[in-house]
Amino acid sequence: MAEMTAPPTAYPEPYPASRTKALESLLVEKGLLTTDHIDAIVRRFEQDIGPLKGAKVVARAWVDPAFRARLLADGASAIMELGLDRGAPLVVLENTPGVHNVVVCTLCSCYPWSVLGLPPTWYKSPAYRSRVVIEPRAVLREFGLTLPETTEIRVWDSSSDLRYMVLPERPAGTEAMTEADLATLVTRDAMIGVAIAHAPARGAAAGTD
Amino acid sequence: MNGVHDLGGMHGFGPIEREENEPKYHAAWEARAHALASSANGFYTIDESRSGIERMDPVAYLAASYYERWLATLETNLVEKGILTREEIAARHALYAADPARPVPRNDDPIATERAIARRRGSQPADIDPPLPRFAVGAAVMTRNLHPVGHTRLPRYARGKRCAIVAVRGRMIFPDTHFDGREGAWQWAYTVRFAARELWGDAAEPNGSVHLDVWEEYLDPA
Repeated sequence: MAEMTAPPTAYPEPYPASRTKALESLLVEKGLLTTDHIDAIVRRFEQDIGPLKGAKVVARAWVDPAFRARLLADGASAIMELGLDRGAPLVVLENTPGVHNVVVCTLCSCYPWSVLGLPPTWYKSPAYRSRVVIEPRAVLREFGLTLPETTEIRVWDSSSDLRYMVLPERPAGTEAMTEADLATLVTRDAMIGVAIAHAPARGAAAGTD
Repeated sequence: MNGVHDLGGMHGFGPIEREENEPKYHAAWEARAHALASSANGFYTIDESRSGIERMDPVAYLAASYYERWLATLETNLVEKGILTREEIAARHALYAADPARPVPRNDDPIATERAIARRRGSQPADIDPPLPRFAVGAAVMTRNLHPVGHTRLPRYARGKRCAIVAVRGRMIFPDTHFDGREGAWQWAYTVRFAARELWGDAAEPNGSVHLDVWEEYLDPA
């Protein structure tokens, strides 16, 4: 009876994994970076609550007109009122019945990290970056959003240090909802502008009845 | 540069593929490379970082994942700044490729940490008497038909096109001179609005516009 072969203890790693180790080891050996510093940044990204930050910002803007005005005037300062880090200069784009905004970065992948966290892969993909500037309506339909031709579609190509976030319209029928419940209606995609916010489906437990 | 990274308006990339419940990272090295590039970017500017990605081989650029691009520009910039050499990176990489279990050394020197953090702080415009913006909100302007071989933030689809100033955004470092280590000049930056038809002609969808942030040097009066 043949002896069982022991499984290999280590598989070869993909190139970028070993390349990353090579760069880190050289930089920390030379004292140019420290392990503490790199670890702290990893933790910060891993613990980041992502689009929940932006959802809180939107819900506050829906219930507090004075906050909404401050947010539209200076997004980075206004989000600090909710305990968020200031981050990059933030321009908040208000959707209205006649105007729908959608955000992209055609040249790289600029994204409003201070409110949305790390971008999804599709946002960074050549397909999204190439198409949304030339055929935004087709892209929105692919995301399940069909808007009437009477609605102007404004595409914002993030080419400078400014970051853009969409303030979706508050859905009808949510007048009785609390700020915390409203935040649950705000998706990442609605704050990029490839979706809108919806009222909870009838019968859903939203704590409003 | 007229690079493959300048994707706006290109055809042929197909449907937008989405991943439900996407994790923050798809591999452990991505988090490490991301943090490494974030903490090392005090050695180079954001425009130098972008330029390093734009100068990737175009086939490699399209094949690379987002974090592979970060890793590529990290390495390019560290070499170009004389911080590491290609040879020492290759030699060290050979050790880790041969032995994935080989540990990465630690360095927790608090003074080095302070230095690394201080390096990342951005600069501020120093002019005592800054110039006034050349254009006001509502002004009709035209983007210049520029094709620099170096870094620029004026995408091809938006060159030589009529647009209007919708916001004056303050002064920002001019990316076209900030990519190769030269001290960037601070320039007024604006947001401009293009009618979709101005950019795409008959192919434009109805009732659309594209907004773009531009530096003063990209613009002429219309």
